[in-house]
Amino acid sequence: MSKRLANRIAVGALWLCGITTVAVLGAVIVYVFVRGIGQITPEFIFTKPHGVNAEGGIGPTIVATIYVTGLAMLIVTPIAVLAAVYLAEYAVQGRLVNAIRFAADTLASVPSIVLGLFGFAFFYEAMGLGFSVLSGALALSFLMLPIVMRATEEAIRAVPRFIRWGSYGLGASKWQTVSRIVLPAAAPRILTGLILAMGRAVGETAVVIFTMGEAIYTPISPLDPGRSMTVHLYVLAMEGINMDAAYGTALLLMVMILMFNLSARWLTARNRKVKES
Amino acid sequence: MTESNRMLEQPAVRNGGTLKMMSRATYLREALLKNLFLVCAVVAVAAVSLIFIFTASRGWSVVRDPGLGAFLGGTEWSSTRGEYGILPLVNGTLVITIGALLLGAPLAIGTAVFLSEISSSKMRRIVRPAVEMLAGVPSVVYGFFGLVILRPIVAEMTGGMGFGPLTASVILAVMIVPTIATLTEDALGSVPPGIREASYAMGATTWQTIYKVLLPAAKIGIIDAIILGMGRAVGETMAVVMVAGNAPQFFKGFGAPIATVTSQIVIDMSYASGTHKTALFGLAIILFLISMGLVALVRALSRLNDRKA
Repeated sequence: MSKRLANRIAVGALWLCGITTVAVLGAVIVYVFVRGIGQITPEFIFTKPHGVNAEGGIGPTIVATIYVTGLAMLIVTPIAVLAAVYLAEYAVQGRLVNAIRFAADTLASVPSIVLGLFGFAFFYEAMGLGFSVLSGALALSFLMLPIVMRATEEAIRAVPRFIRWGSYGLGASKWQTVSRIVLPAAAPRILTGLILAMGRAVGETAVVIFTMGEAIYTPISPLDPGRSMTVHLYVLAMEGINMDAAYGTALLLMVMILMFNLSARWLTARNRKVKES
Repeated sequence: MTESNRMLEQPAVRNGGTLKMMSRATYLREALLKNLFLVCAVVAVAAVSLIFIFTASRGWSVVRDPGLGAFLGGTEWSSTRGEYGILPLVNGTLVITIGALLLGAPLAIGTAVFLSEISSSKMRRIVRPAVEMLAGVPSVVYGFFGLVILRPIVAEMTGGMGFGPLTASVILAVMIVPTIATLTEDALGSVPPGIREASYAMGATTWQTIYKVLLPAAKIGIIDAIILGMGRAVGETMAVVMVAGNAPQFFKGFGAPIATVTSQIVIDMSYASGTHKTALFGLAIILFLISMGLVALVRALSRLNDRKA
């Protein structure tokens, strides 16, 4: 076989890989969209499920999903951002920084089921929070911490050095420089990281099923239980009841995730444009 | 850290007050804030330790009951008979993970090579967001898709219900593509362009350059990517629960139900108590140790790579 022919075949195979990847995503999206779109009505989004087959809407699960994600966000953002500030601006390379990075990497790769079991043992049992939005949010914040930390650290490192020197040159202290110069400049990228972490949290099942529970309930207080959309989809699919509602739930989940992804993407693109102009 | 930063941290007030770069109040505030940030950063370490200590404290007594040998070496997992041997579950995890890697890794590496070496920028604007979005699709949606689309096809092929290693491996293969593809593309991107140009200048074709020059040069990065993809496959839970069939038995064929370490935890958690529950926490310890081990391995490899470079 001549090298030209081999080249042509190989390049063709690589094209095929790229196209397959896109096609798989397309298949998942199109399938969920086609089967789910008929279910999406105001009634489906806003009312409660009822009856043995969970007829009706999925309102409480949407509320629970947004509630637990929002609460987790509130818990994790200050800690993760300040931790990243330490790593990017204050820390001197050494054993401690190594340990912190190793811990963050491990946290990012711990299987979600382990986080779920831990959340159950720690927040449900040991801290006595029971199946609640708060337990779920605390467990989810473990999942989000490394994502937000890494995004923030990269965002801070991308801020040009000379801006800091300008600030120091005017007599600003380190904290003044960080809080008024560096963080505002890094804000769009930090926000992108936060949005992606929220997308992860919305799509998470194994963590919330053991910390927030499976009860269909519209949570008001953080100590109320609830069933997230992902858990609802899981239960419907596994029990084979009301597949229509399962398709509808899957579609709404996908739409939420796509919105998170697209807004993160839009923010990044806009940020780039601002910098170039 | 730059020299100017370090200078600012020096407490000039200490020099007998002759050179006051900042007031004592400012110095104290800055020191306080620095320590506050340090505490936040240490939260990550505390979190990992807490996860390990708590899971271990709930699961360590598998050493006594059913006993370490019966737990790690047992060939049966059956709560009705009080047998908690993890080998069938480990077997299931291994089979499904290897299947996922065999299917997913070539696709992911191919996609990464396509993105970094072949694609026009127009195609790149389609393929790269697609890879990123594949990473964002919730695992329960993958599981659902596998359940309603892939399972009937597999059932047709293997003649069973379609639950089992084949369905699970295909779904997992798709799920690890983004992890492996993104990291492989990074690795290829960090190969110096001069090496590529030298290869082309000697008359090598695109494919020769890719497999004789680029892939070897990016080898360690690609191994890292595969290891992390493996970690993702081992730890994946919900998608596997929905398509594996959840029968804790050894591999009997691609269409025969099987269970993994992760899926067994989900299935059993709803009713487990006593020794059974302890055994589930024992499984969680094993999963935790595997993922920490893989991270340590990746870090060791990249340190090796840095030293070589």
